[in-house]
Amino acid sequence: MSVLTTFKPPKALSGKEFTYCPGCQHGTVHRLIAEVIDELQIQGRTIMVAPVGCSVFAYEFFDVDGTVAAHGRAPAVATGMKRALKDSVVFTYQGDGDLAAIGTAEIVHAANRGEKITTIFINNAIYGMTGGQMAPTTLLGMKTSTCPYGRTVENDGYPVHVCELLKETGGIAYLERTTVNTPQDIRKTRKALRKAFTAQLKGLGFSLVEVLSTCPTNWGMNPIEATEWLEENLKREFKVGLFVDKVGDDQ
Amino acid sequence: MTEKTMVKGNEAMAEAAIRAGCRLYFGYPITPQSEFTEYMAKRLPEVGGSFLQSESEVSAVNMIYGAACTGRRVLTSTSGPGFSLMQEGMSYIAGAELPSVFVNVVRGGPGLGDIQPAQSDYFQATKGGGHGDYHAVVLGPGTIQEAVELISDAFDIADRYRTPVIVLADGMLGQMMEPVIFGKYRDPDSLPDHSEWSLTGAGKREPHKVTSFNIDPYELEKMNMRYQAKYKEIIKNETRYETIRTEDADYLLVGFGTMGRILGSVIRQAREQGIKVGLFRPITLWPFPYDQLKKSAKGKKYVLDVEMSTGQMVEDVRLAVGDSLPVHFYGRTGGVVPNPEEVLQALRKHTEEAE
Repeated sequence: MSVLTTFKPPKALSGKEFTYCPGCQHGTVHRLIAEVIDELQIQGRTIMVAPVGCSVFAYEFFDVDGTVAAHGRAPAVATGMKRALKDSVVFTYQGDGDLAAIGTAEIVHAANRGEKITTIFINNAIYGMTGGQMAPTTLLGMKTSTCPYGRTVENDGYPVHVCELLKETGGIAYLERTTVNTPQDIRKTRKALRKAFTAQLKGLGFSLVEVLSTCPTNWGMNPIEATEWLEENLKREFKVGLFVDKVGDDQ
Repeated sequence: MTEKTMVKGNEAMAEAAIRAGCRLYFGYPITPQSEFTEYMAKRLPEVGGSFLQSESEVSAVNMIYGAACTGRRVLTSTSGPGFSLMQEGMSYIAGAELPSVFVNVVRGGPGLGDIQPAQSDYFQATKGGGHGDYHAVVLGPGTIQEAVELISDAFDIADRYRTPVIVLADGMLGQMMEPVIFGKYRDPDSLPDHSEWSLTGAGKREPHKVTSFNIDPYELEKMNMRYQAKYKEIIKNETRYETIRTEDADYLLVGFGTMGRILGSVIRQAREQGIKVGLFRPITLWPFPYDQLKKSAKGKKYVLDVEMSTGQMVEDVRLAVGDSLPVHFYGRTGGVVPNPEEVLQALRKHTEEAE
């Protein structure tokens, strides 16, 4: 009996088993990135920079050259790579603590310089790997292990809106906030990722896609509840949508 | 090229890096090394290189990490406060085994300190600075000519052992001018090949992964043992020092860098006054020439270590000679450079005590 395989993993994934919790959306985003790398036929010249956080192993999950940066420094590492190898395609994959707390300087300046790199930013409003501490994007009132009474403006200030912050920097070529909660959202994110990489390939500047994501484990919910919570709470604070698009229709 | 050019230390070291085939520079202005950064900004575009003024030294060192991942020669220059900010990255670079060169034009510390010459970053450079079991090779030039030559050697050592190399200069070397003979231009295409491990895009080969990371303690221990084996090789092959008139000397001066150079004048003056003294000048500060110093110190009546600090290298000097003879220290700190007369006074004092 012959079997016809119609649904295969993308070539740009290494096949290593993911280390993510059930219901976590890192895996979905990984797959989308890999699909876009396949589609654009850039696997052979892509270099990825993984962050510190739950996706610290991401450089093992993609079948491309890769490294893992110090916490928050991925945009600086990627800058060094891209300046050294102008024909390469360089992307960073970063969480909210990595990008919007410890790495704020690096991301703002990489974006402002119009560094020809792409960043995928996973915002789940919590520190996952260290066990559920407050993130710069944690919502007001949200309880975490380091704001056990709920995040307050008085003590912790406001959730950081990365896209809104970056959209005013001159070097941005593509900037969008999406989710991967529904099949439609997944298709939109895939399209955004494709545009972000295209911005880099065309040398237009810095590109970033922020994906609002679930963390059922540290939110203390089951995966279904987590997607609902994301829809009702995370999306209310962080508006999904397109912020900058210098790529245009032509892909 | 064999003609002598009159040039400022910072600019001489920068030119030496370009001649060594370095085409990538990432750095942040800081006194007393800013001419280094400025020179690279002007020169690198002329030779098809890439210069970037980073937003901080934290970013600069990580740009070095990224550029070094591609196997290209890359360098940064800074001074104490900036080098402190780079220590996180130094640790990652050592762990990921990335060839790279760092120039620290040391100024007075701690904290903001001042902008005058000092050697008080010796501990930071030679004993780690960042976290974890690692070493960087540390070279201590005494003259601008030697600095020019050591910059070139620094790249070769970095390539040979996949290691960060620090050139520990000071504000004196950075700011003064001297006649220098530069080396030949190295063609960047003729430099050591790192295609076995570097990140360049996998093309048709298996992807490369470069990292200091391993979650398995047994595997991480193995990685550490590999670093240690490499350090043993470096100690064996790269330890360097200079001795001046040590054979017939009764007393031994020890100093490195600018201080080592000043001690050269002290020896002449001391011998004119009948004090038979020689000089041991470590050139590699890590690896420190322990055995060689021990040998040079043998039979002497005392060792006088002189530094532009309150005494850092003196700990290595004591490790080298042990209890076999007295080790004295003289130093000025905070950006004050000891003059030969001060050292002569110290020599006379210790000589009287010894007689």
